[in-house]
Amino acid sequence: MENLNSYLIVSAILFSIGTIGVLTRKNVIVMFMCIELMLNAVNLTFVAFSRYLGNLDGQVFVFFIMTVAAAEAAVGLALIIAFFNNKESIDVDDVNLMKW
Amino acid sequence: METLFFLIVSLVAVISAILVVTCRNPINSALSLIMTFFCLATYYVMLDAPFMAAVQVMVYAGAIMVLMVFTIMLLNIRVDASKKHSHKLIFGSIIGFFTVLNLIVLLVKSRAALPTGPYSGEIIRKIGHTELIGREMFTNFLLPFEITSILLLVAIIGAVILAKKKI
Repeated sequence: MENLNSYLIVSAILFSIGTIGVLTRKNVIVMFMCIELMLNAVNLTFVAFSRYLGNLDGQVFVFFIMTVAAAEAAVGLALIIAFFNNKESIDVDDVNLMKW
Repeated sequence: METLFFLIVSLVAVISAILVVTCRNPINSALSLIMTFFCLATYYVMLDAPFMAAVQVMVYAGAIMVLMVFTIMLLNIRVDASKKHSHKLIFGSIIGFFTVLNLIVLLVKSRAALPTGPYSGEIIRKIGHTELIGREMFTNFLLPFEITSILLLVAIIGAVILAKKKI
């Protein structure tokens, strides 16, 4: 078993890669996948802490996060389909109706 | 031996995460993301949480990614090589660099006094991880569990309403 810090460092790197993806990509679906990546990095932190503190609450939290991610995927992809039907594009730069 | 295995899995996880961000075609990004999810499932097994690993593979790599790949194929987007696929690269890279710096310093250097619980590795292996999670979820976390079912119902209705052509 590795020590706690190595898991935390991997989780920090994955979270930052997800952040860069959300900030720089134009494709809405890829941004969405980067959000999933960030959620997974947080899940890894939860499970690592839960294991090293001998407390299972963190793993139950991971379970709830997965449920929320599934709900988010369903609603978000429905939104993307609705947006594509209106604009024929999934580029975030085309979502500029409320921009001034 | 285990350290070497950990390093290999970390390398694969980070490289596939970078590919998620850099790939031009969304399908390639989705496949790289599935690779990252499998690496995270490996971590969960190494952390004595086999049930979480199974749920990770089934829910994330199974359900959510199938939904995403299905949407990508349904929309049938052409990948235009001449168009730019990213924007504000320098800004995003600076933010990401400071995020990773901040997180590593905060997580590794901080020494918080956290309360420890009774579940050591031996107890988890003796009783069984799934049973312990089940006990925890249906006693201490029963109300959040019920609320989660309502959340799923709302998400189902919302997805159906939003994806309709005419309401």
